[in-house]
Amino acid sequence: MSALLETCNLTRQFGGLRAIGDLSLSVNRREILGVIGPNGAGKTTFFNLLTGIYPPSSGDILFKGNSIVGLLPSQIARLGVARTFQNIRLFRRLSVLENTRIAYDSQLPYSPVDALLRTPRARVRERESIDASMELLELFELGSMANECAGDLSYGSQRRLEIVRALALKPTLLLLDEPAAGMNPYEAMQLTDFLRWVHGKFSLTIVLIEHHMQMVMDLCDRIEVLEFGVRIAGGKPDEVKANPRVVEAYLGTEGELP
Amino acid sequence: MKYLAQQAINALQLGSIYALIALGYSMVYGVLTMINFAHGDVFMLGAFFCLLLIAIVPVPFWVALIVVMGATAILGTLIERFAYRPLRDAPRVSAIITALGCGLVIQNTTLGISPYARPMPHLLDNVTYQFGGLTVTTLQIIIIGVSVGLMMVLDFLIRKTSFGMAMRAVASDRATVSLLGVPANEIIAITFAIGASLGGAAGLLYGMAYPVVSAGMGITVGWKAFVAAVIGGIGNMRGAVLGAFILGAVEVMTVAVLPSTYRDLISYSLLLLILVFKPHGLLGKPTLHKA
Repeated sequence: MSALLETCNLTRQFGGLRAIGDLSLSVNRREILGVIGPNGAGKTTFFNLLTGIYPPSSGDILFKGNSIVGLLPSQIARLGVARTFQNIRLFRRLSVLENTRIAYDSQLPYSPVDALLRTPRARVRERESIDASMELLELFELGSMANECAGDLSYGSQRRLEIVRALALKPTLLLLDEPAAGMNPYEAMQLTDFLRWVHGKFSLTIVLIEHHMQMVMDLCDRIEVLEFGVRIAGGKPDEVKANPRVVEAYLGTEGELP
Repeated sequence: MKYLAQQAINALQLGSIYALIALGYSMVYGVLTMINFAHGDVFMLGAFFCLLLIAIVPVPFWVALIVVMGATAILGTLIERFAYRPLRDAPRVSAIITALGCGLVIQNTTLGISPYARPMPHLLDNVTYQFGGLTVTTLQIIIIGVSVGLMMVLDFLIRKTSFGMAMRAVASDRATVSLLGVPANEIIAITFAIGASLGGAAGLLYGMAYPVVSAGMGITVGWKAFVAAVIGGIGNMRGAVLGAFILGAVEVMTVAVLPSTYRDLISYSLLLLILVFKPHGLLGKPTLHKA
């Protein structure tokens, strides 16, 4: 299996702090990779590097074999890398449909002139964008709320809308930053099933940052473990669970993971 | 009564010019939470571009309007690209000082080239119509009509098009919008272009209505429009228009009953008074914390 994403000696320094150090790992096509580690392990920094929010201090990131270091976040997104956030970041005052359409429309050039003159091209595109976005919303049972303000949705619906919005980019790689944050074990279990379904339905490769261990163990094909920005272990869920180094990082010595 | 109605027409004329300028302040504030203090001077240049154009080729009004809007749009994007973008992540104060500096550079360059106020030639046959004792001129109809037309176009653009959605999204969270594939810089540049072109149109219309053009217009008139945007709730487009018409009405009525030297005193007092009771302006909402 060929790697969809590869990082080579990826390092990110913030002043004296090494948030990510010499990280080399790869994500295979169609797999679900879990990235776990204690708070402050550099997991979100890792996502920020992958999406171009800030450049690495050194090292390289290859997506589909090409380096994406130095590209703008918007360019990386259009190559097919989508993400969700630890704290929900919807456009609260825009409607549910608009939140979705923004991601969908970003594939097209913005021409205010086209839009104003109502050229046939602009009209066809608009129809396309509305239809495709509505279809996606219906699929996620958000269709009936399409015209509501995103900020007025329930917490669960907002989480779902964030995923819909990411999918509207038609990504090949989906980065999920703690999607189960604030959920109880039952909700996390439902989310696990939901993500498994999304993974299959949209033929995605997923990288998942998550603290709900049960969810990570159930969902992921492979797990990478970070501590202080360095990879300390990696492998199949059972291997990782049994790795004394991981258990120590999480629970101190003498602990056991679920 | 007839006198009041006549004054109302004058107020609409002044208000619609203020509104066109105020929209530019408000749009830029909306996407960048930054006050573009050079905007008043872009308005002023709109009038000068028109003078220059007519001096070269005597074109009809509509052509002048389009050329002036195009020229100021380009100017607006240049200001954004070279003066503001490099400071996008700098402290707020640096951006404000840069904007003020930009305005002063434009103003003093203009002053250097044209130290004296200049008369604006007639672009239209100004016919006076009588409606039951009310006097309306072609110029007033054109000014109000063009302004309202441009505002409707802008409203459509912001609320209904994908550019408008992207602009509102940039306003609400610039970092996230980039991660959804939207080229935020492009959207910001287009926003500046549109704001500046409305300011340029206002400059041309103002020059036609009060046919003396001077380098100081950016301050005397432009900043008044800024006051209008703040009264309405800066960042809110409809607020900008509302504030502009209120300010236009207040000024016209002030001059109708008091010596005209009181005009600015009253306008700025109104600003202070409204801000005491509505610190976010009439239609502004308190901004939520952005992550």
